[in-house]
Amino acid sequence: MAAVWCVDLAFSTLLAVNLLITAPFASCNTGRRTGDGLDTDTGFSVPLDHSFELDDSPRFRERGAVTLKGGRENTVYLSQGQLTEEDRNTLKEVAAVDGLYRIRVPRMSLQTDRLADRQTDGYLTAFVRACSMVESHLSDVITLHTDVTGYLIGVSIVTVPGACRGAEVEDEVDLEAFNTTVSVMGPVNAPAPETALFIERMEQEIEKKGKNPQEQKSFFAKYWYLILGGAVFLMATSSAQPPAGGDREQN
Amino acid sequence: MDRRGMRVGVVPPADGGARLGKTGAQIDAEPGSGVWRLGLTAAAVQTQAPQAGPGQGLAVRRSGQRAARVQHLSHDCVNRSAGHAGACHRGSITRTAGACLQPAAGGSGSRALSELCTAIWDALRIYPGTNKGLHSPNQTLFKAGRVYAVFEDQVGKFDWRQQYVGEVRFAYFETHSQASKKLVLATEKNIIASLNSRTGDIFWRHVDKAGPEGHIDTLLVHGQDAVMVVGNGRLLRSWETNIGGLNWEMVLDTGSFQAAGFIGIQDSVKYVAVVKKAAISLHYLSNGHQKWVENLPDGDTVQYQAVYSGGNGEVCVLGVVPQSHLAIIEYNIEDGEIMKQRSVDAPWLSSLPASCVVVDAGILVCVDPITLSLYTLPLLSDELAEMNQVLIQSLDLDVAPGFQPVLVSTQPNPAQPPLPQFFLKLGPDHHVLLELDNGIIKPLRTFQPAFLVTFATTGEKTVAAVMSPVNDTSCSISLFSADSGRRLLDTSVILHLEPNEGRPQKLYVHAFLKKDDSVGYRVLVQSEDHALTLLHQPGRVVWSREEALAEVITMEMVDLPLTGTQAELEGEFGKKADGLLPMVLKRLSSQLILLQAWLAHLWKLFYDARKPRSQVKNDVTIENLARDEFNLQKMMVMVTASGKLFGIDSKSGTVLWKHYLQNVQPNAAFKLMVQRTTAHFPHPPQCTLLVKDKETGLGTLHVFNPIFGKKSHVSPPVLARPVLQSLLLPLMDQDYAKVLLLIDDQYKVTAFPSTKNVLQQLQEAASSTFFYLVDSSQGRLTGFRLRKDLSTELIWEVVLPTEVQKIVDVKGKRANEHVHSQGRVMGDRSVLYKYLNPNLLAVVTESTDTHQERSFVGTLLIDGVTGRIIHEAVQRKARGPVHCVHSENWVVYEYWNTKSRRNEFSVLELFEGTELYNSTVFSSLDRPYPPQVLQQSYIFPSPISTMEATLTEKGITSRHLLVGLPSGAILSLPKMFLDPRRPEIVSEQSREENLIPYAPEMPIRTEWFINYNQTVSRVRGIYTAPSGLESTCLVVAYGLDIYQTRVYPSKQFDVLKDDYDYVLISSVLFGLFFATMITKRLAQVKLLNRAWR
Repeated sequence: MAAVWCVDLAFSTLLAVNLLITAPFASCNTGRRTGDGLDTDTGFSVPLDHSFELDDSPRFRERGAVTLKGGRENTVYLSQGQLTEEDRNTLKEVAAVDGLYRIRVPRMSLQTDRLADRQTDGYLTAFVRACSMVESHLSDVITLHTDVTGYLIGVSIVTVPGACRGAEVEDEVDLEAFNTTVSVMGPVNAPAPETALFIERMEQEIEKKGKNPQEQKSFFAKYWYLILGGAVFLMATSSAQPPAGGDREQN
Repeated sequence: MDRRGMRVGVVPPADGGARLGKTGAQIDAEPGSGVWRLGLTAAAVQTQAPQAGPGQGLAVRRSGQRAARVQHLSHDCVNRSAGHAGACHRGSITRTAGACLQPAAGGSGSRALSELCTAIWDALRIYPGTNKGLHSPNQTLFKAGRVYAVFEDQVGKFDWRQQYVGEVRFAYFETHSQASKKLVLATEKNIIASLNSRTGDIFWRHVDKAGPEGHIDTLLVHGQDAVMVVGNGRLLRSWETNIGGLNWEMVLDTGSFQAAGFIGIQDSVKYVAVVKKAAISLHYLSNGHQKWVENLPDGDTVQYQAVYSGGNGEVCVLGVVPQSHLAIIEYNIEDGEIMKQRSVDAPWLSSLPASCVVVDAGILVCVDPITLSLYTLPLLSDELAEMNQVLIQSLDLDVAPGFQPVLVSTQPNPAQPPLPQFFLKLGPDHHVLLELDNGIIKPLRTFQPAFLVTFATTGEKTVAAVMSPVNDTSCSISLFSADSGRRLLDTSVILHLEPNEGRPQKLYVHAFLKKDDSVGYRVLVQSEDHALTLLHQPGRVVWSREEALAEVITMEMVDLPLTGTQAELEGEFGKKADGLLPMVLKRLSSQLILLQAWLAHLWKLFYDARKPRSQVKNDVTIENLARDEFNLQKMMVMVTASGKLFGIDSKSGTVLWKHYLQNVQPNAAFKLMVQRTTAHFPHPPQCTLLVKDKETGLGTLHVFNPIFGKKSHVSPPVLARPVLQSLLLPLMDQDYAKVLLLIDDQYKVTAFPSTKNVLQQLQEAASSTFFYLVDSSQGRLTGFRLRKDLSTELIWEVVLPTEVQKIVDVKGKRANEHVHSQGRVMGDRSVLYKYLNPNLLAVVTESTDTHQERSFVGTLLIDGVTGRIIHEAVQRKARGPVHCVHSENWVVYEYWNTKSRRNEFSVLELFEGTELYNSTVFSSLDRPYPPQVLQQSYIFPSPISTMEATLTEKGITSRHLLVGLPSGAILSLPKMFLDPRRPEIVSEQSREENLIPYAPEMPIRTEWFINYNQTVSRVRGIYTAPSGLESTCLVVAYGLDIYQTRVYPSKQFDVLKDDYDYVLISSVLFGLFFATMITKRLAQVKLLNRAWR
């Protein structure tokens, strides 16, 4: 269960393409880094848009595309460009007024066999505070969530670190390229009651009990010495009653 | 658009406030709550650090017994000295709280179990190697189970149950004997019951299936037989009215039910006739066997709607073809042969029950609202008669404009023909008593104004009871002779009408002959707010029942106010300082008042002491309401489906106030919010009820004082647009009322109260105020942020395609929940921190595909602020109904496993891991790492009706799940059993942690039924509220019945037991004291003697 949440935090340089694979049903493979995420011969891509405006009204522009490659190894790439000088300034200004950095993806199915009837109706949006985007030097983690059929139901974005401490980002280079980890996640299978293992264990224990006849001894057989000792002690104390201790103490 | 989902959930209002009491930062320091609370707060804060540190658990747990005793002593000492300064006790409390804490932090938190478990684990250590005891966890649990049982002498001490029957549809007084005191009722809730007409208590009650399957179509009472048709003509049942036993039950042929009636022959009633859409059947009254069944001719065109028998053995079925003609068929009672069949033109007739009655010897009287005329027709005569038309105007009567006249007749004995007298209702308050004499209708008496009329019969006498208004606040009921229309002397009863209660709707009169042969009577008045009131003749209310309480929709518990004297003292602190001298004077005056109150109290004690104990009344009234020492007594504010609000004292169950909201639609949804608690004297507490019409979505606010039920003078905003969501912010205005935000369908926000101060605060908090909306019809969850100008902006959106799954439930966390320990100490002494996100939402979905192989139940954990999907899981081969509880760091849900055909529980727990990301404050915006999610499932051997978790003041006490079962039992299931860390293979570390080994089946122990034999029928909801004692949680289960009790999930660790031996402990103390004195003296003497030697 927890394996799904493995997060690959390796950062790559310019076109930071980091992949993390989670097959829709819980198995988690290790990521494999590729140099170039733009080969889309077998997979297809989900456009990823972003928006950061001073007046907080969303005006989405293209940020990149998440490319999914079908086949035995489901791999996810994010190909995206750099922020322009203008964008960088806007982002910093938005961060200064505690504005939002929003992203959106279209609602669509990620199943490659359903490419034909892949029509989009509406978008899924998520946000992060622009200041945390700036302060984390554009290192973000984007996760696409799908339902059981592989249809996109949600997108989430977090930055690492996530806090806004008001740290000034002077270096323009820090805000040029995204350092993004992208992953696709489907629902995990919730466990059903584990009966088989329990029954097996019960049987083992019954067997063990059967093998060990010492366990079967009766109460008296096991503790006869304690009972006898107790009885002797009681008799001894009752016979030694007459000499009362109180008088001697008073002495 | 279905906005069903919109009502749900508390939106986590301000991000970043550690609302779950992580560091005790949000502890409400309510004044007057005593030293105990403050003491514990201090303790809690002090022990924060050690409890997180590993390595202490074992020592404390080992000495569990001793620690427990220390608890008893120190808490006792604090409790009793609650009036004094408690500083000296702080040390001891700290120690106790620490001791309490350890298992909570270390194990799954059940202190109650910890002692027992300690004993068992110790036993295991004594015999290492043998797994004795471990393979039989049930044995362990059995011991543990005893902890929760109630002792016999505790029954009814702090719990009560009230049983209801619901809105009455049919009511009959049992009249076969003079001394009879039974009342037979059938209700909308599919219940047949018998009430004691002297006290209003239930003699017996039978609860049938809810819904249309158990719907009672009709109830007929004759002698001691109550015959009813159930489930749209599915079953015919006969009950014995004395003891409520079932005489017989017959399964009827299919077909929708139309009418039923007794068939009398030769002055006795032997048969019951049941008319269905296309058939009539005759059954013996004695054993229910079918005598004959016959098809009705032309069943597809004629609507058969009535059956009539005049007592001469005729069975007459009446049908109507709307706007065309009337069909009359007479059957032979012996073999069901059609004796006569005829049709009479009646082009004005559309429905028989609405406009026709049978009076006299089989004469049908109908009223035509169009031409305003009466028609008469002899049913049994041979000649093919036309209907005889009589214009109402020709009788010198006028129909109120636009009013549809109604006829009321009476047939006192089914073996005899109806009486020739009948009522004609001509207007809302206008009735006329008419008589049919040889085919001629003549008026006997006009009643105007008169709202309600009814007939009653005793012996040979039949009387008419008429209710007419006296003034605005009262009505009078009088009897009139049915034969002549003469008023009977001394028969007036005055009924007082409260302004905020419902109007009378129906009268049921029980008439009887007095010794002097005059007629006496009792009358049962049914009001539109479902209340039943029985009046005796001089106008005395014998009893009243509030049947609206059979359908409680939502409730809250509100602290009672302080006593007047306490409030006076509090008020002194609340006022602004205005100089030294006035303050001194004020202090003196308030102390004078205190002295006065104390003297009055002493005087009362003295006065009461002289009276015999039985006469000393200890009734709770609205005047003497006051908070008790431990805040165990609260005001239950209940909102019922009928629109009536109740204030009920939680200790005794007495209804202290009621308020009927007149204009509530029957399909309205309610949301009750406590805007201001009692803690802000002199401001009165304030509750707000949002009433929302489900169809239009328009809402209204009713603001009231929850203690007295009075409508507040504060004028709420008028809501012109449909309300989508409401949320109560932790912000307060200058009068300490929490701010309520209402979001309309244009996503505009209305604040209440909306003073300048509030708006300013809102502007400041706007950027951290988020809310979410759920549209289950489109599967859309959306998040919004408040803007400074009170508009909103969409910030996130999650859409679940409705073709795959539909949202059935969205559960947030309760705003008043506190979590005390932030983590769990594991076996290796490291701490596993809980993921305590106050903004987390648990979204439960069900698949639209209901095939048993492909259906599933999905759970999504979504952060309500950022819209981030924290976890997504599907339970395959499962379907609803899903019940879900979300609290602390866990979600428990219950579903039906379609493959194994059983109910299963699943628990999800979220942990941050062994390190906290930011331990000081939680912010949804700054949690980059997803939590670890653990999940485990169990088989539960029963279906469930509802589920809730216990709640305590500071969250130190371990949690239990309260599960309402369809059997009416309320199961208190320790959360310890629902722990995904229960190991399948026992290791040393899991033993250290007190984890119960995994067993797939969840036990149901009868000792865990908190309501022992007090079953709660059709339990629909459970409400839990913390009390002033940390160990105690108040529980109210409601459904058809209401049951209130207290639960102690970790035993009463902070209270001395009832049977605590004060004498022994004090005699031992004094004995020891004197012994030391004496021995000291003796030792001195001895020393002196030795010195002299």
